[in-house]
Amino acid sequence: MKHEIPAAAAWSAPVRAGRTITLTALADNANASTLIIGADRLDRLNIPDTLKSQMSARIRAGMVLMSDRGLALATVVASGSDWHDCLIGAPPDRLLQLELAKHGFGAADLHGSVNFFSKVRVTDDARASLTFDPDHARTGDSVTLRAEQDLLVFVSTAAHPLSTTEPAPIAVHIETSVQTEPAEPGGPELRAEAVRALELTRELIA
Amino acid sequence: MSLDTVVEPGDGALLTVPANGRLRIVDLHGNQAVDTLFYDSHDIDNRYSAFDTIRAQRAVYLTTGSRLLSTSGDELAVITDDTCGRHDTVGGACSQESNVIRYGVHTRHQHACRQTFLTYGARAGIGQRQLTHNVNFFMNVPVTSVGDLRFDDGLSAPGRYVELTASRDLLVLISNCPQVNNPCNGWNPTPVQLLGWW
Repeated sequence: MKHEIPAAAAWSAPVRAGRTITLTALADNANASTLIIGADRLDRLNIPDTLKSQMSARIRAGMVLMSDRGLALATVVASGSDWHDCLIGAPPDRLLQLELAKHGFGAADLHGSVNFFSKVRVTDDARASLTFDPDHARTGDSVTLRAEQDLLVFVSTAAHPLSTTEPAPIAVHIETSVQTEPAEPGGPELRAEAVRALELTRELIA
Repeated sequence: MSLDTVVEPGDGALLTVPANGRLRIVDLHGNQAVDTLFYDSHDIDNRYSAFDTIRAQRAVYLTTGSRLLSTSGDELAVITDDTCGRHDTVGGACSQESNVIRYGVHTRHQHACRQTFLTYGARAGIGQRQLTHNVNFFMNVPVTSVGDLRFDDGLSAPGRYVELTASRDLLVLISNCPQVNNPCNGWNPTPVQLLGWW
């Protein structure tokens, strides 16, 4: 399945376990604010659990996106960038909320999101101050996630909340994955916690 | 004074704090994490949003002056006094399931904050779907310029406190963290005191 999400629009789709979803920036300064909810409609992407279990303040290749209940939702199997913002949340507009509503979700489901393609720099000062990096996302950048269980994926292409530039379109490509093992030779290195989440998920529901 | 109570580690509280009420959390023994969620008491879907709060202040750590915002962008409370210096809102709450991922299956049945949240939240209709990313008062989670995050020994000390002023009528859901597998509680969870004026 291939689709182009125009700038400043929202999109959602089910992604079956084992398939990959690739997002590609179709212009500089693209941003793809992304929420993920498990097919059980309750187990959501949990950014704090994802970050603390992998000792990271950004999303990058080799990280497993984890759920509220400690399962793997998706693995970042490839990424042109080593930094996708996950500290700022989705833009405070109605785009994602409207898309959630199509699936029967509401304000209670507005969890932390990943802002793919965007980078917000952290300063090593007393408050860990944040500044948007305006030169991060480039046309053609892409990121690929493998669904580790049946998912609902929600994407908004609104501009990053700290960006002053125009929003950009994003291409989506969902396809069947050939990868079957949690960690493949030549693929990104996974932390032990990530492997544990993947193994548990495969044993239980994938 | 409207409230003066001690919460043991592993226990929690569900407080009703009216607009303009002041809630003080005292770290009695130092280095204790106090996992806290805020809800508009008239609409629990209008709840604390860690990432909207971080975006608005353009900084990760919370301290005096931090406005705690909701998913609708409403100001729920403001930190009006802080003798600790900074607080976390990126680390989330421990759960039995995330403990398994981080520390192994032997931790599956240790008590965890989200058990406490669900226990106390049920009285107000706060269930799994209403739980969100919380504040960890007194907890030290450095986020660095190279994009790393870790749980460090606390910056707090016995008697240090944080005080919040409610911007509207609130439900405040608290779990005094029982975690023993990382330094968030100095490896030794201890009681905290809650003081309220309204």
